[in-house]
This record gives sequence, structure tokens and C-alpha cells, in this order.
Amino acid sequence: MLIKKGGGIPYSEITPESVYMRRREFIQAASGAALGVAAAIASPLSTPVSAQGNLAKLPNVKKSPLSTTEKPNSYEDVTSYNNFYEFGPEKEDPKANSGKFSPRPWTIRVEGLVKTPQSYDLESFIKPYALEERIYRMRCVEAWSVIVPWVGIPLGDIIKTLQPLPNAKFVEFTTLMDPTRMPGQRIPIIRYPYVEGLRLDEAMNPLAILAVGLYGAVLPNQNGAPIRLVTPWKYGFKGIKSIVKIRFTDTQPVGTWQISAPREYGFYANVNPMVDHPRWSQATERRLGEFRRRKTEPFNGYADQVASLYSGMDLRKNY
Amino acid sequence: MTPIVLLKRLTFCAALIPAAQLAYRAYTGDLTANPIEYITHKTGDAAVMLLVITLVVTPLRRLTAWNELIQLRRMLGLFAFFYACLHLFTWAIVDKFFDVETMVQDVFERPFITIGMVTFLLLLPLAITSTKGMIRRLGRRWQQLHRLVYVAATTAVIHFWWGVKADIREPRLWALALSVLFGFRLWWMLRARALSRS
Ligand code: HEM
Repeated sequence: MLIKKGGGIPYSEITPESVYMRRREFIQAASGAALGVAAAIASPLSTPVSAQGNLAKLPNVKKSPLSTTEKPNSYEDVTSYNNFYEFGPEKEDPKANSGKFSPRPWTIRVEGLVKTPQSYDLESFIKPYALEERIYRMRCVEAWSVIVPWVGIPLGDIIKTLQPLPNAKFVEFTTLMDPTRMPGQRIPIIRYPYVEGLRLDEAMNPLAILAVGLYGAVLPNQNGAPIRLVTPWKYGFKGIKSIVKIRFTDTQPVGTWQISAPREYGFYANVNPMVDHPRWSQATERRLGEFRRRKTEPFNGYADQVASLYSGMDLRKNY
Repeated sequence: MTPIVLLKRLTFCAALIPAAQLAYRAYTGDLTANPIEYITHKTGDAAVMLLVITLVVTPLRRLTAWNELIQLRRMLGLFAFFYACLHLFTWAIVDKFFDVETMVQDVFERPFITIGMVTFLLLLPLAITSTKGMIRRLGRRWQQLHRLVYVAATTAVIHFWWGVKADIREPRLWALALSVLFGFRLWWMLRARALSRS
């Protein structure tokens, strides 16, 4: 065993280079096939951080103190490997099958317990707000993670503008339902349209954003264009993509994965190394581009900002 | 070259395709952003596929009356075992990196891992006793022992089914294939019994 657990020091700070070299020697000795694996694992690590593709740059993006100082994954990692079942169930599918998707024009319907239920054109919906860069950790429920430089708007600011009624307790989001444009929706693996929700106080937390960009440029289709939710202290599946409806309600919304497997996916879905998925451990995760697993942090390392939202709650029951 | 020798060589090459694909993708850096998961999935897929194909040989031989086909069976079974080994090593060595404690915990606490291990432990004695010497030495018991391959194929498909998050289409397809193959056997067994009685 090369590194002992514990100590609370992030793996990134304990000379990953030397460890990396040792395990590389190990792999090279192992077999021909494993050699290729090492090469494949090495390449994302050495890719420089930069935006790519021909998506428009977003102007006037503010930096945020809420960003992590960890190095973001490559644009390639972030845009070629993710779950977006609307474009197919495999990790490579979203990129492969979303090329023709056009996220303009785009209308967002705001309804339910809100001052003025109404539809907005996307541009006018986001226009009042300054864009912020938020470099966040993203922890998938499948025990892999990635660091993403999102560009977005604090969800709380948007909600304040929309003015939910006093009896609104939750906010529910819905993804576009259009099997002609989202071919994955023709395969009945999960129920469409995708639905997710937050408690209103969770939604107002400064960490929660609606993202419209990545790496300083417009959000690629495969990552949930044109607008998606990002709640970095929760598992990735809470981050609903391609949002067309925002509804304020007094009853707890039921998410798509909750419907699919209620014992495995709960409403809260807070990252929690102590509460395993029934079929795998959540104690560790693999950061894309890294070889060794690293420890998973409670609330994905955002406990200081969000733990108080759940004080007094049994997080084993409210998983 | 006799037809069966040609077929054997072709089968050998075909059975190497999944490994060759992985090697090629590794070489071109095309194993996705999460190579370990990708390799786990592809080697698992190949193991199940070859296990099911192994079970096709006997029915095919009966249907075609081409007895030499039986010569393909051991090779196919050993290839299934080969991919199962790659799959297991990827998990134990590359993914868990010899973290024995976690692995033992997984095997005992997670039913989908438990049944994966059961499958491997069923395949292991079959691979060990696949040599000519062993076949001779075990005689009739060899036949009985190797019926375990039906159990192994079944547990392999259950492992696949329990392991997927929501997309059960592939394991369902393999389950269907197994049902058809078991149907054949059952039909032949019942008919043989009826014939021997009359
Ligand atoms: C101790 C033994 C085994 C362990 C620990 C194990 C572990 C795993 C793991 C971790 C996965 C990935 C699940 C996921 O990411 O969702 C998996 C998938 C799979 N395994 Fe195994 N496995 C074992 C034995 C076997 C055997 C013997 C076979 C076949 C003969 C097999 C066939 C498969 C298949 C077909 C998949 C699904 C691949 C896919 O999703 O495309 N496994 N296994």
C-alpha cells in the first residue's frame, strides 16, 4: 500500500508526482494491456486547462470566493464523460448524441406558488444578473468526481426576483421533454421528463447556481444546455439539465431517480461518505484523471456552507 | 485445412476482438475519462458474452449434427474465464489497489459483488479441470462438474443485472438468451425421457 489513509490531508498535497511515478512503474511491470491503461490515465493529467470548441465566450464573468482552488479537470474530461440519459445511458453518449440539439430559442416557464407565473425567454430570464465563475467539485453518485469551472447565476438571486409566495416551501425543476430532439427519451430506462427539486432554503444557499456556461464559454449541449442546476454539495444527479420549468410548491417534489429506485436515491442526495449506496461504498471516489481513489468528504467538502441546513436531521434516513 | 480447424482459428481470433479493442483504445488514449470503469465494463461484457456463446455450442451441434463443433467449447469457455480474470484483476488491482479490507467488505456486503465472486469461484475449477489430463482423470465426474457452467452463466447474468443502475436492456437480453438455451436442453431432456420410457 503506497499511502495510508487518514491525516485529513488532501491527496493532491502529498506529492502526487512521486506516487504517480511509482504506480506507473507498477503498472508497466504488470502487462502489456495495463501499459496502455497507464498511458490513458496519464494523458488527462497533462492536458492544459483551456476552453475549446467553437462555443461563444461569455462576457464579463466575475470570479467568486466560493470557487475551489483545486485545478479544474480538462475541458475534454468535463465534456466527454457524464450522465445525461436524455442523450443515451452511456457516459460517452451525451457528447456523441447531442451535436444536433439546438438550445435556442428557449423558454422557461415559472409557475406554482409565485407572485407572477409566466414564461420567459432565456435571454431575458438571465439578463438582469451578472455571470459568475464557480469552480466546483462535482461528485457523482457512482463514486467518480470532477472539478468543473461553471459560469452561472446564484439561484437565490433569481428566486428573490421571482418572489415565491410565503407558503412556497420547495422549488421543482423540469427538463425539456422532446424525444425528437433528445433521442435518449425514446428509450424507457427512466421516466421522462426528468424532474428534480430542492427545499427553498437549500435553493437560496449561495452555493446553488443555475449554470449557463463552462470554461468561460456557453454551456455545451452535453452538459445541459442552455441552463442547468448546480448544487455542489449534492450528488450530480440533482443537477438537472436543460431546464424548461421552475415550479414553486408546498409539497416535496419527487425526483426522477427517486422514482426509479427509492431505496437508492433520496430527495436530499447530499454527498455523504458515511451513507453507502446499497450497491457500492460512498466512502471513496475516483477523480477523473487520477489513478488512486480519494476519500469522499461530507457534503463534498462544502460542510461549512451547508451543514447548518440539515442540523437535527437524521442524514441516514434523509439520504 | 479441415473446416473445423479453420473455424477454430476464426473463433480464436474473434474471441480476441474485445481484448484487441481495449488494447487499441488504450493505445489511442480513447478509454474515456474514466478508463478503469470502462475496462471493468468491457471485460465484464466480454466474459458474459463468451460464457453464453459457450453454451450455444452443444445445441448448435445437435441441430446441425456437426459433431466436431464440440471442439470449440473448451476454447470459448477458457476465453470467458480469461475475460473474467481481466475483469476481476481490474477491480482488485487497479480499482481497489489491493485494498483487501474494502474488497472483503464489498464481497460480503454487496450482493452484486457477492454473486460476481460466486461466478468467478464457479468458473475457477472449470478452468483448472479443462486440460486433457484432467478430463481423463475425472471421467464421468468431469461431465457432472462441468454442468456448473450453467450455474455460472446464470449467476453472471444476475451479477450484470444487479450491477446496472437503470439500463437493464443488456442483462435482460442475456437472460433471454439463457432462457432459450435452457429451453432447448429441457426439451431434449424431456423428450429423451419420454423416448426411453416408451
Ligand atoms: C469477484 C468477482 C467480481 C467482481 C468483484 C466484479 C465487479 C464488478 C463491478 C465493480 C462492475 C461494475 C458495475 C458498475 O460500474 O455499475 C461489474 C460489472 C460487470 N461484471 Fe463483474 N465482477 C466480478 C465477477 C464477474 C464475472 C465472473 C463476470 C462474468 C462472467 C462478470 C461480469 C460483469 C458484467 C457483464 C458487468 C457489467 C458490465 C457493463 O455494465 O457493461 N463479473 N463487475
